[in-house]
Order: sequence, then structure tokens, then C-alpha cells
Amino acid sequence: MSAADLVARAESVAREGAEAIAAAGSLDALADAERRYLGRSSPLHEVREAIKTVEPAARAEVGRALSAARARLEELAAGRRTELEARARAASLVAERLDLTVGGRDYRRGHLHPVTRIWRELEDVFVGLGYRVAEGPEVELDWYNFEALNFPPGHPARAMQDTLYVRLGEPEQVLLRTHTSPVQVRVMEAQRPPIYVVAPGRVFRRDTLDARHSPVFHQIEGLAVDEGITLGDLLGTIESFVHALFGRDVRARFLPSFFPFTEPSCEFAMTCVFCEGSGCAVCSRTGWVELGGAGMVDPNVFEAVGVDPERYTGFAFGFGIDRLVQLLYGVDHVKHLWDGDVRFLRQF
Amino acid sequence: MRVPLSWLREFTPLEAPPREIADALDQLGLEVEAVEEPGRDVAGVVVGRIVDVVPHPDADRIRLADVDFGDGTLRVVCGAPNIHPGMVAPFAPVGARLPGGLRIEKRRIRGVVSEGMLCSARELGLGDDHSGILALAPDAPLGADVREVLGLDDVVFDLSITPNRPDAMGVVGVARELAAYFGLPLEVSAPEPGEFVDEIDGTRVVVEAPDRCPRFVAMVARVTMGESPEWMQRRLRLAGMRPISNVVDVTNYVMLERCRPLHAFDLGRLAGRGVVVRLARDGEQMETLDGVVRTLTADDLLVCDADSVPQGIAGVMGGAGAEVGPATTEVLLESAYFEPSGIARTAKRLGLRSEASARFERGVDPNGTASGAQRAMDLLREVAAAQVDRRAIDEYPRPVGRPRIQVRTARVNALLGTDLSADDVRALLAPLGIAHESTGDTFTVLAPTFRPDLEREIDVVEEVARRVGLQHIPRTVPSNPEKIGGLTPAQRDRRTVVDVLVGAGHDEAYTLPLLAPADLERAGLPLDGVIEVENPLRAEESLLRPRLAPGLLRAVATNAAHGTPDVALFEIGTVFAPPAAGAVLPTEATHVAAVRSGVVRRSPHEPDRDASVHDLVAVLEAVAQELRLADWRLEAGPAPGLHPARAARVLVDGAEAGVVGEVDRDVVRALDLPVPVHLLELRLDALLGAARVARRAAPVSRFPASAVDLAFVVPEGVAAGDVQRTIRAAAGPALESVRLFDVFRSEALGAGRVSLAFSLRFRAADRTLTDEEVGALRGAVIDAVVAAHGAELRG
Repeated sequence: MSAADLVARAESVAREGAEAIAAAGSLDALADAERRYLGRSSPLHEVREAIKTVEPAARAEVGRALSAARARLEELAAGRRTELEARARAASLVAERLDLTVGGRDYRRGHLHPVTRIWRELEDVFVGLGYRVAEGPEVELDWYNFEALNFPPGHPARAMQDTLYVRLGEPEQVLLRTHTSPVQVRVMEAQRPPIYVVAPGRVFRRDTLDARHSPVFHQIEGLAVDEGITLGDLLGTIESFVHALFGRDVRARFLPSFFPFTEPSCEFAMTCVFCEGSGCAVCSRTGWVELGGAGMVDPNVFEAVGVDPERYTGFAFGFGIDRLVQLLYGVDHVKHLWDGDVRFLRQF
Repeated sequence: MRVPLSWLREFTPLEAPPREIADALDQLGLEVEAVEEPGRDVAGVVVGRIVDVVPHPDADRIRLADVDFGDGTLRVVCGAPNIHPGMVAPFAPVGARLPGGLRIEKRRIRGVVSEGMLCSARELGLGDDHSGILALAPDAPLGADVREVLGLDDVVFDLSITPNRPDAMGVVGVARELAAYFGLPLEVSAPEPGEFVDEIDGTRVVVEAPDRCPRFVAMVARVTMGESPEWMQRRLRLAGMRPISNVVDVTNYVMLERCRPLHAFDLGRLAGRGVVVRLARDGEQMETLDGVVRTLTADDLLVCDADSVPQGIAGVMGGAGAEVGPATTEVLLESAYFEPSGIARTAKRLGLRSEASARFERGVDPNGTASGAQRAMDLLREVAAAQVDRRAIDEYPRPVGRPRIQVRTARVNALLGTDLSADDVRALLAPLGIAHESTGDTFTVLAPTFRPDLEREIDVVEEVARRVGLQHIPRTVPSNPEKIGGLTPAQRDRRTVVDVLVGAGHDEAYTLPLLAPADLERAGLPLDGVIEVENPLRAEESLLRPRLAPGLLRAVATNAAHGTPDVALFEIGTVFAPPAAGAVLPTEATHVAAVRSGVVRRSPHEPDRDASVHDLVAVLEAVAQELRLADWRLEAGPAPGLHPARAARVLVDGAEAGVVGEVDRDVVRALDLPVPVHLLELRLDALLGAARVARRAAPVSRFPASAVDLAFVVPEGVAAGDVQRTIRAAAGPALESVRLFDVFRSEALGAGRVSLAFSLRFRAADRTLTDEEVGALRGAVIDAVVAAHGAELRG
């Protein structure tokens, strides 16, 4: 064949091959087309073999035509491959798709009771202020619950706390503690000052469970006994606690009150966190939310536990945890805290 | 204690607005529960006189009244039973306004037009009395605004008085506090009887129980019974008391004014015209003013006539016998000081808390009795045309002096964190009636006897704090550098256990620690040894829980009833057992319990499955691992309330520390549960006190492991946990892990036999184990299991 014939042949094979590559609908078909037009059995191979038959001067021209045809087909094949690979990947993504919004499997975390949450928060705040956590029995002797706390028998302040008695010991000797204050007495009996403790715990009153009352609720008691403790220390400590729990904008207010086991005694309140002090339904339009009672440990209590009131002074405070839970979580019905209904518990 | 502002102003010239006064009362510790301005919502209501009352033409219960209101007469329709011609009453003509936004309009009632309305006390916002139309004093000027006549333009402070402050149960005491706060003068009259005698014309007083009645003053007067004047009625009403008669109103008035409870007897009805104060006899009975027959004890004090017939329960309530009434012409006035705790015991036991007992039990002023009696006599002269005998009988064998208290200024400052001088302290105390007898940094004060709460130095310190004002005391915090806070290891472990349970998908419940006997029966638990509450309010709360299980099972039932039978709950809390030998208090222990019921949701990934007891075994394993218990295991065996074949005891250090199992079907039925329930209950104290594996790092081997799978056929009843323990013991330290991966029963194995397949991994810390070594370990394990459990190795 002449050189011109071979060049024409190479060009026509390239055209044919380009069509086959473009027509390849899959990576397999593309590989097939490449084999046919670029492989050993390709017509281009025949053209290369036939180069020997043309005169040497024309060989270069045929060689150039061959290279061009080859290069063109390789380029087309590569382009086509990229296209086909992208198409295949797209197809496989549809097949492999997982809907992650279906949700997790086989794992469900439980929920802490709302009282436990606040309880821990209170403990942590006071631990941060340098207090340890003390505990005492829920069933108590009259001595710890009342008498050592300067409530003599028949004292009118006893009537403020409707007591559940337990059928043990002498009549009215054993009772369900009406407040966490007996822990004060137990701590002072067991340990010499300095004492810095809080005692969260469960307390009992003779009440029926309804929206606003419960025969069982929770309080936290605080006690500091050391040399040089002042009423100012009590007020500052409660203010620090209120700041730690609710932020610096919340203020603490103290009004004189009476408890048999502290003197001077006071009640404390904080700025209502709902209306920021301007007055709302939660705080009965006063701007203040009552928290609890406090005072300087009465010398009679120190004498009951053998602490020298001339050397040591101290303060004590106590307040309800359930009330804070109600305030902070908007729980309107204390009964919810006790019936174990998961529709309630899972909200916390 | 309800205190009208106008009454306070009688003793001190208060000019501050009501809001500021309320704030001052709060700062003083006289807590303000409410500030009432009863007349704020009343407008246009005037004094009217009923001229005529005629029946309604079409109704039986309601009548027509013609009311003269000064400027004319109008006809109203009225349903109250107590209206009569001549009655003077509040009249709200058309256009008048009443509390609650009510505006009076012309209305047709059963065909008759009503041109207004006659008002009850409640309709005017004056308390709860709605039994009839409020009768005004006959001399009230017709057409006058009832707000003035009734004192509705006044402000009333409703105070909650603490048990230590009897003085503040009187208007004078509150006025004293406010005068001190605002720096105002206080003027209180202290009239005294003309003469003290042993006998007044045959009337004598015998006090047989002077410990319980340290002082008894009696005065007598001739009176003309009637209604008290409007001003007195108005104040009593504002203070929350109902006017009764001029004589009774005077006793109540003086009680409210000076915390000086009085009692007026009809002298003509007192046998022997005398008084005997004595203790009751056990079982003695008397009828009190309220018409109730009371049974008394030897601890109750009585005021009797000269024949020793009871005429009143001292300090609590008078009797019906010598009660003053319309026919009374002579009264004997009792002004006594009764011992406070005795009054408190009687009032509590009888459930009879009166205005008088509330004051006596706080402790009234023993030295205010005579002047209080004279004050009442002066008022009786004014409102009951009384002819007063100037003499008074005064039984007061041991006069109570004013306590002397030493006050150290340095101590005051040390307790309060203040920097007051001795002069400052004395100046703060003086307006409260606390006089000083000496000067210097340490000085003596004389406390007034109307303040029985002032006995010790600390009591005076409290007064200083109140006078300084708590808001003015500098706020500090204790500064001892030795105070280091923290939780104990046990407290931290307790939190850890709770966190493990929450992590295991259990919601924390609190259940009441008070149970009913039926709660225990339904839960299949025994009742013996359970601690009882002496005075439960309800039978449902009469026992202290011996276990957490009953409360949690009830919570499962509650959830099932609300359509959620699939729950995982837990509780941590105190349970109660009988006292240990020699102890009085019950034994308290902390338990932690978990329940799981219904279905475990796994869809859409896998099919849902029934909750199983193994879910709770997993929780137990997690707790044991987190606490690093050194020695714990399960031992199959029955436990109360659990399925006998699906229960195990949890042994920690060889001792029982709890139970786990499926809740017995009888219990599930008794609680009406629609699904099986599983229970784990552990004695937390036993867990926390047990031997633990210390947290210490061991080297991690870099040599390869050899895996060996072994399947054993064992008789049914052999515990997989025991086989696993045998494997561990036989394999020794080269065993890195062992895991039970298959439990298999088949006909080919034969009935009563089960295949347990374990996957073992051996690895040494210092070398690659040879095939010979692994083979020897494998052989040792097989021999041990075959020997210990009657097992066969499966091909």
C-alpha cells in the first residue's frame, strides 16, 4: 500500500474508533472498544506493520498519522472513562445510601430525677465553697430532731412541724425527722470544730400527697462552726450560694425570724428569677422567692453537744430542695415527683 | 394578727405610706402576709335605715324592703333572713361599686324592680360573714359613706407572728416596733386600779394551782348590756373578730390592743360570787362557749365558781354557765397570767386554739394584768355605762421581776460582724423598752416582762441585729484556709452507681418510702419486722419500706395504666429494718433497685424483643465492673416476690448483697400488669463496703494471642457462670479473656443436656505462647470442666 493509503487508513480507523468509544455505554464496553482500536489486534497495528512496505522517506509521515490516531483515541477513551466512572459511582451511591435520620439503635440513656439534678448541683456549689457533705438517719430520736435543737417538750414551735412518729421505743421518742437539722447535732457530736458541712436529705411531715404537699420532701442543711464566725459570714455565704446557683444579678434578702435552734434567726429570699424582681405570679407579686431559714447557732445547742459557745460561734441554714426544683423546672404539681411516671421523668 | 393602721396611729404618729410601713414590718421580723385596703373597691355605699319590710308578691324566701338613705326612700328586693324595720344597714344604690368589680344596676327580681342592694359583711370585703345583712350601729348617720363608718378607708396589715413574740400579738407591741424603726415617740396609757384588796363585797379568788396560774386579777362592775359603738365594732371587724356585745367586745378589744386576754363572767351566775382556779380531775367534763362538752384531764387548768364548778378552761375558752348575755347586770373581769406550756398542752390536746390561747401559750406580760383590767374597766364605763368598782383583787404570790442581762459590746460585734460602740448598742435597745442599768463596754440591761424571749445575752444580740437591720450588716464569708470541701469516696461511688444506671437506659424514679401493708403483700414480700408509723394520716402511708421493690413495681403499674408498659426505672434510697440489738432506731440501709418491663424497642433496625432478666444482669455487671468488685457472683435460688426458677441471689464477698430475677407471675397478676417485669435490688452499702480491685495499670502484651473455642455438654442446671469460673481457675494467668458465645439445646444432645460454647484467648506478657503450651492449657481447662461439672467436650 502506498503511504497515502496507510495514512488514510489510520485516519479512518481513528474515526471508527472514536465512534466506538463514544458509543461505549459501560466501562466494560469501553474496555472492549479500547482493546479493538488500541490493542494488538487493532487495525492500527496492521498499519504499523505495513510501514515497512513504504519507501523510507514516506515512513515518517505514516508514523505521524499513526501517533496522532493513537493519541486521539487514548484521549477520547480517558475522557469517556472518567464519564463512565462518575456515572457508576453515582449509581452505587443511590444503592448504598443509608438514612441516618432513622435514628440510633439499641441504646437509650436514662434520666436523672429532677430532684437528684438539683441535689447534686447544690452539693457541688457548697463543695466549691469548702463544705463537706454530711448525712444522718431519716428516722430520728426526739432528742436530735427537737430537744437538742432547743425545742423543749410542749414548745409552741413544735406545733409548727406536724410530726410522724414511729412505733418504736417510748411513745413519741422515735420519729421521722421533720427537718435536716438533726444532722447538725450529730455532726457536732461526732466532730470538733472547725466544721463546715451541708446535709441534704429526705424529711417527713404529716401531710397528704397532693399538688402542693407531700408527706416526704427534701431539704439541705448547712452548718459552719469555727472561731470568729459572724452573722455577716452567714449572710455572705448565702449570698455566694445564690450567686453560684443563679448568677450575680440575683440578690439575697434577709428578714428576721425565729427558730429555736438559732439566734439571731432570719428567713432568706432571693430575687424572683422569673420577673427579675418586678413581681409576678410565681413570687406572689413580691419580687422575692422565699428560700429558707437561717441563723447563728443558739448557745443552748452548743451546750447540748458540748461545744464551748464562748470559744466557737457558728451559723446554720436550711431550705427546701423540692421548691427549687419546682421553680427551676416549672413543676407545678409535687405529686409528679413521686409517681415514677416516665412521661414526667423523661423531660429532665 | 391583723393590725389596722388607724389603731397603730393611736400610739405612734406614723406618717409613712403603707408600703413603707409594710417593708419596715418585714425588716423587723413581723412578717407581712398581706396589706389590705378593704375599701378600695367600695364606692357609693351609704348608711340606710330599713323603714318597712313587706313580702314579695311571688316568692316566699325573698322580701321587699323600703330603705331610707337620708335623701329619700327606695325599694329593694332582699333575700336575707335578718332584715327588720328599724335596722340600720349598708345600702348600695344603683351605680354603687362593690369588691370584685360588681356594679349595682336596677334589676327586676321576680317581677319587682330592685333599686339597689343591702349588703352583707362579705359583700363589702369585710371577712367571710354572709349569713345576713350587716347590721350597723343604730346611731350611724343616714346617707354617710360606709367606708368611713366601717373603717373601710383604713389599711390592715396581716402579720404572721413568730412563736417567740407575744408582744406583737397586740397593736401596742407592733406600734412599739414601728416607733423604734421610724424614730417616733410611743405613747401607751397604763391605768392602774384604785386599790388592791383581798375581797370585793364577798367576792374572793382562790388559786389552788399557783404554778399554773401565777397571777390572777379580778375586778367587778355593774354594766348595761348592749351593742358596742360603731368605732369599736369597726376595729374588731378589721382585726378579724366579730362584734358580739359591748362587754365581750371590750375584752376582745383590750386583748387585741395589748395582748392582754381577758374574760368577763356574769357575776350573778357565778355561784358564791367567787372564783377558784384549780386543775381538772381526769375525766371531768364541762361545756364550753361553743356548746361542745369537753372531757378534761388532770393537766388542764380550770377557772371555777366558788363552788368549784368549772366556768372556763383557763386561757383557752370560757364556759357556757356564767357566760355574759343580754340579762347580765354585773360582771367579774378576769385578767390572769397562765403558765404558757400548760395552756399549749391543753389547747393542743383539745384541738382548740383560740385568740386567747394563742397569746397565753406564747407568754403574756404578767405585769400587764392589772393595767389591762383597768383599761377594760375604763372602756366599759364608756361603752356599757359601767359603774366600776375601783378595787381589784390581785393573787400574785411571787411577782415576776424584769430579767437582768449582762451585755458585752465586744460579744455583740463578734457575733454580728459589726463595729458598734457600747453607746450605739444602748441607743438601739432603748426604744424597745430595754433599759440599761450601767454603762461601760460591758453593761447590764433590764428586759421588759412583755418580752419573755429576752433572757440571755444572745437574745439581746438578736435585738441589736434587728435594730441595725440585716440589710445593713456587712456580708462576708468564713476565711479559715483549713476548710476543704469534697464528697467522701462513698458519696462519689453512690453518684457513680446512679450514673451507670442512667447510662444503662434506666430513668430515675422517687417513690414514697411510706407504704401500705397491701403494697408489700402485692409485691410478695413478708410483713413481719416491718416498721410501723404510729400516727399515719392514711393507711396507705403506715409502714416504712423494707425494700424498694414495692414502690418501683407500683410505678411500673402506674406507667402501664397510662399506656406505657415498656419502662426501665431505678431508684436509690433508704430502706428500714428493725433496730439492731440494744438500739432504739431502726436499721437504715441504702438500696438501689432497677425494674424493666415490656418490650425493648429495637425497630426499625431489628425486630423488637421482650425485655429479659438478662437486661438487668447486664446492669448488675456494669455496676460491679464500675465499682471494681473483687468477688461477686450469682447463685440461683428463690427469693420472695420473684419467679422461683428465674431468680438469683447476688453474692458479694460470699455474702448476700441483693437479688435479681423475673418478678413472680402472682405479683404481676396482683399488680394487674400487662407484661412481665424484671427486678434487680442491691444493698448499696454491701457493695460499697466490699473488696475492690485497685485501679492499677498492668503492661499490655505486644505478643500475639492464641484463640481456642471449646464447647461443653453439661447437664441442665449447671450454671454457666460456674463453668466460666472453673475455666478461669484452670487456665491461670495466661487466659486473657473467656466469653460464653453460644448456648444450645437439641434433640441430638438429648433431654436435660445443654451445650455451652466458650471462646478463650491466651496470651503471655513476655513471649509468644508455643502450640505445645496452648495445647497444655486447653487440656487443663477441659479436664477441669469435665471433672467439676460432669461435662463432655463436644466434637
